[in-house]
Formats: sequence, structure tokens, C-alpha cells
Amino acid sequence: MAELVYDWVILLASWGLILGGSAFVMIGAFGMLRFPDFWSRLHAASVSESAGMLLLIAGMALQSGWTLVTFKLVFIALLVFITGPTSTHAVANAALVSGLRPRDDVDGVEGAFPDLEAEP
Amino acid sequence: MFRTILMAITLFGLWLAMSGVYKPLIVGFGVASALFTTWMVIRMDKIADDERLVVRLNPLRFISYTGWLLVEIARANWAVTKIIMAPEMPIKQHFFRVPFSQKTDVGQTIFANSITLTPGTISVEVEDEFFWVHALGYSDQDVEALEDMDARVSRVETI
Repeated sequence: MAELVYDWVILLASWGLILGGSAFVMIGAFGMLRFPDFWSRLHAASVSESAGMLLLIAGMALQSGWTLVTFKLVFIALLVFITGPTSTHAVANAALVSGLRPRDDVDGVEGAFPDLEAEP
Repeated sequence: MFRTILMAITLFGLWLAMSGVYKPLIVGFGVASALFTTWMVIRMDKIADDERLVVRLNPLRFISYTGWLLVEIARANWAVTKIIMAPEMPIKQHFFRVPFSQKTDVGQTIFANSITLTPGTISVEVEDEFFWVHALGYSDQDVEALEDMDARVSRVETI
């Protein structure tokens, strides 16, 4: 009996996590469509990448239990945890270097930007 | 020598964990590929400079920092989700400097990646003493929050 309850708790928790992760991936995609420009869309993408990815992997790990699959899932999570922000930075930096300036709602168009001419 | 043996064992352990098939032939392939990779690394060490990645981090503090970061990621995700779902989308973009106090490359990378991992802020450019950060929903508290994160990352460093 106790085992059955435990199985159900794990099952429901994993489904909750998987559905929550899917919701965040959808919200990220929705933000990508709604947001007005490149710089704000980058932020929408990072919602799918962080919350969506973490919740989906946690849900899948609960589904597979203490197996090798869970270890691989944790490994994938660590990998995305490191490569995700690095690639986001690379895309943002490439946009900046190629001359795309973000709209600045605080300082207006006169906002401060790095002096790219000074770089080697 | 010790580092080389440790690397060979780590590579083989990784193979075992990723493969999941423990027949003699497959495990033999694992041994062969671990040895081949180790040989290649030794060979490359002779040509490339022997500059190694030095990690000066306190493991326990790193783990507690990761826990704190996960909470921050959850909070920031919720904030960005609210901006996405709000009908009028209250975007307030800002591009600003964030000074960093980490002394090692690894520490600076952890800080910059933590900024990008929390939705709503992206580290875009590195200069000598500060990062250029782009924020989606900027508020004056963001500066304090980033200063706090900076101090926490610096505390993980042991240098």
C-alpha cells in the first residue's frame, strides 16, 4: 500500500514538473513572438532555456528513477547550464559588435555603449 | 603523471556511464578510446603550451552558491514570465555597466554566466573591470542585486 502511494506521488510530481516545464517552454516561445526587437527576444528565449529545461529534466529524472538514464539527464542539464548562457552571450556579443544597438528606455538614445573602436 | 592517470580513469568512467552496455567487446572499445584520448592529450601537451585551467574555488561554497542561484533563476523566470504575459508588456530595456570583483578567469566566467542564466539580464561585453549587461525589465534594485551576486561569486573564490 505504502509503495503504491509512493509510486503515485512520484508519478504526479513528475507530471507536474513536465507540464510546468512545457508551459515555460511555451511561454518562452510566446515571448519570442510577442517581443518587439532582437534584444528583448533574447530574454524570452532564456525562459525556455532555464526554467523550461530544468523542470523538464527534473520531471524526466523522476520518471526514470535511480537509473543510468537519470545520470545522463543530470549530465545534459549541467551541459546546458554551461553552454546555454555561453551561446546566448555569443549571439548578443555578435549583435553588438556588428552594430545592432539596443533601445535604451532609461537613458534614451543617448545611452552609453562600449567603445568598440578602441578594441584591438 | 598522476593527472594523466586520473584523466584516463575519468574518461573511462564517463564512457561506462554514457554507454550502459557492459559486454566485453563494448567495454574494450571504452578502454581503447580512453587510452587513445589520453595519448592524444599527451601528444598535444608537447606542442601546445602547458597552460592549464586552474580552478581556485571552494567546493562547499560553490554548491551553496548554486543553490542560491537556482532560487534566483526561479524568481527571475517568474518576473520575465509576467512581462511576457502582461497585455501591455512593460519592457524597460537598459544597457549598463556592472563592475566585477573576481580575480580568476573562472570566477569571472561564473559571474557572467550567472547574469545570463537569470532571465531578464544578459552579459554582452567584457572590459577590464566591468561587464556590459543588457536588462529587459530594468529597475534600480537590479544594480543592488547584481552587486550582491558579484560579492557571492567572489566569496566562492579561494584566492
